[in-house]
Amino acid sequence: MSRRQRLTLFSVVALGLSGFVLWAMTDLRSFGDYAGTYGVLLNKVGVSERHASNVVGAIVFDFRGFDTLGEEFILFSSVMGVAFILRSSLKIKDQRPLDAVSNDATRTVGGLMVPIVLIMGLWLAAYGYVTPGGGFQGGVAIASAAVLVWTATSYRAFARLTPAPTLDAIEGAGAAAYVVVGLVGLGLDGAFLANFLPLGTAGTLASAGSIGLLNWASAFEVAAANILLYREFFQEYVQTFPGVREER
Amino acid sequence: MLDLPPLTVAAPLAAAALLAVLGSHLPRHVVYLVATATALGTTGIEFAQLIGSWPDGIVHWFGNWSVQHHFPVGIAFTVDPINASLACVVGVLMVAALVYSWLAIPQVSHLYHVLMLVFLAGMSGFALSGDLFNLFVFFELMSVTGYGLCAFRQTSSSVLQGSLNFAIVNTVGAFFILLGIALIYGRTGALNLAEIARSLSGHRPDGLVVVAFVFIMVGFLTKAGAVPFHFWLSDAYAVAAAPVGALYAGIMSDLGYHAIATVYSDAFAPTFAGTATAAFRDVLITVGVLTVVVGAVMCFLEADIKRQLAFLVISHGGIFLCGIGLLTGQALAGSTLYVAADAMMKGALFLAAGYVVVVLGASDELLLRGRGRGRSHLPIAAVFTVAALGLAALPGFGTWLSASLIESSASSVGFGWLPPVLAAGTALTAATILRTAGRVFLGWGPAHDPLLTSSQADEPTEGEPSEEERHRLTLWALVPTTALLVIGFGLSFAPELANYAISAGRTFLDTGSYVDEILRGAHPVAPARLPGYAPDAGAWAYGAATTGGAIVLGLVGLYWQSLPARIHRRLIAMIEGPIVFVKALHSGRVGDMVTWLAAGAVALCAAGALAFR
Amino acid sequence: MAYYPFVVAAVLFIVGLYGVVSSRNYIHLAVCLTVMQSSTYLTLLAIGYVHGGTAPIYVGFPKHTRAVDPVVQALTLTDVVVSVVVLALILALTIQAHKRAGTVDPDKMTEMHG
Repeated sequence: MSRRQRLTLFSVVALGLSGFVLWAMTDLRSFGDYAGTYGVLLNKVGVSERHASNVVGAIVFDFRGFDTLGEEFILFSSVMGVAFILRSSLKIKDQRPLDAVSNDATRTVGGLMVPIVLIMGLWLAAYGYVTPGGGFQGGVAIASAAVLVWTATSYRAFARLTPAPTLDAIEGAGAAAYVVVGLVGLGLDGAFLANFLPLGTAGTLASAGSIGLLNWASAFEVAAANILLYREFFQEYVQTFPGVREER
Repeated sequence: MLDLPPLTVAAPLAAAALLAVLGSHLPRHVVYLVATATALGTTGIEFAQLIGSWPDGIVHWFGNWSVQHHFPVGIAFTVDPINASLACVVGVLMVAALVYSWLAIPQVSHLYHVLMLVFLAGMSGFALSGDLFNLFVFFELMSVTGYGLCAFRQTSSSVLQGSLNFAIVNTVGAFFILLGIALIYGRTGALNLAEIARSLSGHRPDGLVVVAFVFIMVGFLTKAGAVPFHFWLSDAYAVAAAPVGALYAGIMSDLGYHAIATVYSDAFAPTFAGTATAAFRDVLITVGVLTVVVGAVMCFLEADIKRQLAFLVISHGGIFLCGIGLLTGQALAGSTLYVAADAMMKGALFLAAGYVVVVLGASDELLLRGRGRGRSHLPIAAVFTVAALGLAALPGFGTWLSASLIESSASSVGFGWLPPVLAAGTALTAATILRTAGRVFLGWGPAHDPLLTSSQADEPTEGEPSEEERHRLTLWALVPTTALLVIGFGLSFAPELANYAISAGRTFLDTGSYVDEILRGAHPVAPARLPGYAPDAGAWAYGAATTGGAIVLGLVGLYWQSLPARIHRRLIAMIEGPIVFVKALHSGRVGDMVTWLAAGAVALCAAGALAFR
Repeated sequence: MAYYPFVVAAVLFIVGLYGVVSSRNYIHLAVCLTVMQSSTYLTLLAIGYVHGGTAPIYVGFPKHTRAVDPVVQALTLTDVVVSVVVLALILALTIQAHKRAGTVDPDKMTEMHG
């Protein structure tokens, strides 16, 4: 089809599709009138059953923890896939950094922000089942601390701080830890991902049983996976600089 | 027994994570050993699960969260013989693919094994899940690893085109599924299939339910490659490496169709009861027939072996969809057996095509004419021919037995016109493989054919194999290929297989007992007696028609240009127009593909809306 | 308006789909996929909203306070991860397309057709 034919066909199709989507959506309960059983039930039992005051966290790591396992491995495989696709063993650690930031203000403020963001990420991850946050959110924040290193300094500094083999190991370990905790639950309680640790007091760090373990496993995995992703893309970016020597 | 379902997913995932950490430090053979052993172990678990799922099924609630206050709070894997057997097919194909890779590409990065193991876990989970959102998560897991594996060894822009089209079109399909899930959640407040069924039953479906179900179906049909959602498939499967292609073709597409059967019969069947069931049957069969016909015709018109196989997958998928669409236990049994047997043939052919590309140097049938002659190529020629006959449902193969189940079921529900159409599609696709085998291994037929789409470049789309690989690839690589063929042949000799399958199929479609089992823990009533099925004369006629037709059409494909000039010219004049039109639709452009996807979605919504007005 | 968020979601879906269909640059296409993804987030979260409900975090207030649906939030979290992941893969493929095929225009990648 020529471009014009395609767009004409699409305009007709889009009209139909919008009609059907709106037809379906107007059959929903209006905004704010949620009356489903699942959410109400979990809000009721989440805290009492699992002593986790963040019910969303309890759902992500306990009630529907198996979904999260799948999601973790989706992230895991995509990083493997991107590494597969973009594989380029660029060794520029010892070259003069061509993308170094020279502005003092950027370097200072950026440099100061890195530990702040890192600690914030760790805090988000640690208290994930008590207050809003969790392994995923915390992991992404930790990864953004690494991006800040690159923004404030240069690729060389970033590469030195985030060696790929270490990140691979942390990512794999995080993913494996999640599966292992699940298997322990299978062995001890007859169900995969069953909660097997003492539940503690809701509202404190010592609560929610094995949700804490899963929380940290995913924090490490997500942080490492994100940093690996950024690393691959930064490498591609740095390669566009003239004079960068590629050593394979 | 209850522990088995999570192990089918947890074992490959654990091994994949382990390989990700240690793989770069281990020698290649150790990595291959770990991966193959894990795949073998998982297959063993899946077979044990299959045996254990008869006759009551296995239900595993993750996290020990089952039903609380009459509501399913957790995620369940609901294993019944039908989806357990599909999981077994996944395992068997993965073992064959890994063994073939070990022999053909021994020096590949450990990332390949990691992705393959996660792919195994994704497909197993997708086959077994009983929760709508969990089904989506495993769908995405399967897809994402698929995208990564497709682009492995990219040395040409066609690989990138295939992978990009694959990723983009499947992602749009996934968004449709998500929107459908959101809508259903908004209505029923549940994600567990049995609970959705209970919540929806007794109410006449309105706009929301219809559109939500259609959207979910659109996503799965896109993955499965039904027309008009199939355009990405021919590009992606043609560029994937042989072992990866074997997995895609053998089972990944068919799992998409199975997911539709699962979601329909476990969640939506009660609300669609009545006249809507007949309408749903009509819609599925229409899509199925369209897929069979377009797939078969395009298959016959291709010269690239892997694109032929891709269209063959599309066409046979249409047969599977028709079997599901008949909505009887017997047809579903036939479809599942058909998937299993056909998967062996398709998997073997993909591996064989990979072998041909490395050993003979190209993947285009016309370029390869005659290159396969000679005694050293006798084994691969035999593989091609046997696989083609298996695909043609030669009596004795598992494909014949399952086709006969579908055929007799179709006649019994008033779709007597369906078997001839399916037979024609089967014959045409198998004819293509026979034609290729004849041209490549016997040198029959001319080296030019204007009707076939040919790349005419002396470079396979998959990526130029290195000299080292050509040396390494010995006849041993045909062992996994032959093993798959033997399984596909031998399936028809498994005792009482058809009867067990029919019984399992009927139980699968029984939503009431499914809901009772999941939500109330009731034990399903064991089937009284196994049905006594035996292929009748109609089945033998079907098998003879498809096989004979395949041979005849194969010869026609080879020698049509030798027909007298008058007939020749009139033939061309008659079919050139439609052929050019259909081929032009397959432009390879992602914008066109997504437009057709949206158009298909609108058409299905309209059909659904009409069925309920 | 009782259905405003849902209408916005529908608009986002269609606009994103149009962007995908008419795109001349794979990066633009990937971002349009993100727009489509946003519409699914919006639908999910809007479905779960309860008038006068607080966040489902029970720190400091009694257990029986009315809260919004936590399940859709968990679903959206998974959804976000999935979209990031697919975006990364498509962008990686785009970089390779630019390097090997010299183009990022989807309409120019037609080596396989017919």
